[in-house]
Amino acid sequence: MSEPVPITINVNGRKRSAMVEPRLLLVHFLRESLNLTGTHVGCDTSQCGACTVLLDGSSAKSCTVFAVQADGSEVQTIEGLADGDELHPLQDGFWEEHGLQCGYCTPGMIMSAVNLLEENPAPSEAEIREGISGNLCRCTGYQHIVNAIQHAAERMAQS
Amino acid sequence: MTIADGPALPKLIGERVKRREDPRLIQGQATYVDDIKLPGMLHLAFKRSDIAHGVITRIDTSAAAAMDGVELVITGTELADHLGPMPIGTPFPAPDHFSVATDKVRYVGEPVAVVVAEDRYIARDAADAIEVEYDELPAVVDPEAAMEADSATLHEGFERNIAVESYWGGTGVNPETAQPEDDSAVDAAFAEADVVVSQRMLNQRLAPNAMEPRGVVAQYEPGREYLTVWSATQNPHILRTLVAAMMGLGEHQVRAVAPEVGGGFGCKINIYGEEYVAAALSRLVKAPVKWIEDRTEAFLTTTHGRDLLGYIDLAAKSDGTITGLKARIIADIGAYEVLLTAMIPTLTGLMMNGVYRLPVVRHELTEVFTNKTPTDAYRGAGRPEGLYFLERAVDMVARELDMDPAEIRRKNFVPADEFPFATQSGLVYDSGNYEPCLDKALEVADWQGLLAERDAARAEGRIVGVGLSFYVEVCGLGPSAVVPTGGWEHSGVTVERGGKVTATTGASPHGQGNETTFAQMLADHFSIPLEDITILHGDTGVVKQGIGTFGSRSQAVGGAALISAAGKAGDKMKQFAAAMMTDQEVSPEDLVFEDGRIQVEGAPEVSKTFAEVADYAYVPVPLPPGMEPGVSEEAFFEPENNTYPFGCHISMVEVDRDTGETKLLKLIAVDDCGNVINPLIVDGQVHGGLAQGIGQAMFEEVVYDEDGQPVTASFMDYVMPRAADLPVFELDRTVTPTPINPLGAKGVGEAGTIGSTPCVVNAAVDALAPFGVTHIEMPLRPERMWRIINEGEGGQS
Repeated sequence: MSEPVPITINVNGRKRSAMVEPRLLLVHFLRESLNLTGTHVGCDTSQCGACTVLLDGSSAKSCTVFAVQADGSEVQTIEGLADGDELHPLQDGFWEEHGLQCGYCTPGMIMSAVNLLEENPAPSEAEIREGISGNLCRCTGYQHIVNAIQHAAERMAQS
Repeated sequence: MTIADGPALPKLIGERVKRREDPRLIQGQATYVDDIKLPGMLHLAFKRSDIAHGVITRIDTSAAAAMDGVELVITGTELADHLGPMPIGTPFPAPDHFSVATDKVRYVGEPVAVVVAEDRYIARDAADAIEVEYDELPAVVDPEAAMEADSATLHEGFERNIAVESYWGGTGVNPETAQPEDDSAVDAAFAEADVVVSQRMLNQRLAPNAMEPRGVVAQYEPGREYLTVWSATQNPHILRTLVAAMMGLGEHQVRAVAPEVGGGFGCKINIYGEEYVAAALSRLVKAPVKWIEDRTEAFLTTTHGRDLLGYIDLAAKSDGTITGLKARIIADIGAYEVLLTAMIPTLTGLMMNGVYRLPVVRHELTEVFTNKTPTDAYRGAGRPEGLYFLERAVDMVARELDMDPAEIRRKNFVPADEFPFATQSGLVYDSGNYEPCLDKALEVADWQGLLAERDAARAEGRIVGVGLSFYVEVCGLGPSAVVPTGGWEHSGVTVERGGKVTATTGASPHGQGNETTFAQMLADHFSIPLEDITILHGDTGVVKQGIGTFGSRSQAVGGAALISAAGKAGDKMKQFAAAMMTDQEVSPEDLVFEDGRIQVEGAPEVSKTFAEVADYAYVPVPLPPGMEPGVSEEAFFEPENNTYPFGCHISMVEVDRDTGETKLLKLIAVDDCGNVINPLIVDGQVHGGLAQGIGQAMFEEVVYDEDGQPVTASFMDYVMPRAADLPVFELDRTVTPTPINPLGAKGVGEAGTIGSTPCVVNAAVDALAPFGVTHIEMPLRPERMWRIINEGEGGQS
């Protein structure tokens, strides 16, 4: 164990400063220090994507990032996605299209999809499947997730 | 108020109602076990065996115990003073199995010591600092070799590592004696057959891999002598029963909570050592404790599924009539029997009748201990294995006879007019109508078109195949006669002041959407808005009794209990309503629920609102004679039999000649799960099941090396299906209700895993048939396929 170091991370639009052990994972900083428990840990080896957040706008697996590496960065988690009471179109899409069952992979899946639609606002079905291939879901067989992302893409294109 | 106040409420049963669970889940507001924080909470980490088989000769915990922030380090031997051997839920003989190993380790990952520390990082550091020495023993890895006389043995008293042996056969089991009626008929059937196929097949070991690993928080309050356990479990009531017994407490001293649970698939049925250890250590250190499994621990210690080796022989006449089945099954159950371990492979034989008239069957089952993670239920639990063996063998007969795979099945179906149908294995299929389901699948898939497409692709030099399977499964577990915990389910329905409804169910969900489907049922029952209903579950402090969620029983058993409780609550509401209308001389029998009102049937002008009646029930002045105030009713539902859903799956695959990679081009599933409450949720259940069944066919396998070391202990090595691996599934349904429960619903949670696996392998065999294969072992690894194509290895091994 080494001495705690200071970090400041902008999380969901709010500056959060803390003294952390250098080995503290970003996901544990979010979950344990900030009580933002919407980001989940599914595998510890960055294979499953349950811990996906946006780090400076790009999707990142927060179980494989040290909190100190995110010092000075902006992090967005599932808790910061809705605009007040208004759900993000992807959240709405997942709800409309039954894109989740147990819900454990869902926050990471949605954050990956946010990144996907930012890079490609009108993805084909194959592009969606490729785009979420870093995220595992054991419940849905992915079909309703694909529908949910298509639903969101259409809604975002209209607005 | 006038009767025109409220809008007419649409009926919700059968509608695609959006899930009520979702808002919290899509906003990160749900509470899973790892999200629970209690004041003063400590963290557990387990030191686990890194060898498969050996005697513990020394454990040195001194370095760990000396670390800052470490509260306690305890070995298995020390813990045995607090916890006895773990209970199992089957009647089979079983060796002692301690939560933490006391003298010998029998699989990689078995716990040998536990650390309690201030945070999880320190707990892990301390566990790593524990030194353990072993006298290593030969690892028992191959289940067939395990039965040889010269094999090392895992447990005293279990010669040749055999845990369970069973045998039955003949023309049927005599229900009086449980003995086969006439075994010689089996040999005669095979002697007289025109064609016999014989195949050794492995239904490989799988890791269930719920995305949420296991986890537990335990808080023992000495002053109250009361234990609360939060656990990622499918069955909090069973957890309460067993943890109370292990702790020497009564059930009245234990509250078990399954908070939000991130998937189960069978692996969260078992009550694990870590759950008992957390409870015992909370009592010992007088603080709440938490343990959260990591993914590698999940691969090593959460129960695996399947791992059945089958020697299958199927006899038929030249016209395709199946005349007999012989199945010799060897189940590699791993190192110990846990809750349902020994029962799961027995379901395989029970279900191997499939959808066919089988004149004679011989079934032999041997369950064998090996130095691997214990097995237990995994989605389908015994049925996927049996139906895989059978549906592969039927396909092989069809190929031998050059028959269409659809037509050989049609020829042997149990006819619709023979239900209820008694199978050779002693089951009674409740209802079935197989031929329309087959016809619909053939139509949806355009079977003839698919065959033509395949032939055209072959003519271009592509390697394409089509496959079909037809399954029947057993759902709605109970009844109590066959489920050791009891096979009933419990529900409570309370009409609150203001006319809102709170219901409880013992069917504790982990993704199944019961909060939605159960509310749909109550909304229709009482004719009130969905928003006026709350479904509570997963907490023995709130839900008085229950069994849990497994064996596709939520609707078929839990839903039936709900409707029964709702019926009682509704009767009481009608009695209060009638009492409010005494001047109109209304009898409760005349009343119906209609759009938020309780009214005389056909006379809406004679009515009270649901809310008015509810308010009256809680301030009943005057109290109607013979009645108690309030409306809070409960019911147990005991099913008289299981339900037997069925379905037909069709697939098309293409194999890449150069890489051996198999691509699933199409998957059509026509399932019949009886009446459907919410088609959106049923489709989701089928999709998920299909992905897991396809995962078994194409990708997944738990692999051990010759020393019993697991080589697939992370998602790097264990191949899970990802979105890009799967096609768009085409679903359809037929509806054959069950007479077993008032809903007519059979259950659908496991269907997809049962039909899809043989369907995809049948398609792969069809694709590679031109290369001379009649069977390919799962998973359809590129290497295996490439060798068949390029080296003509036949794929038999």
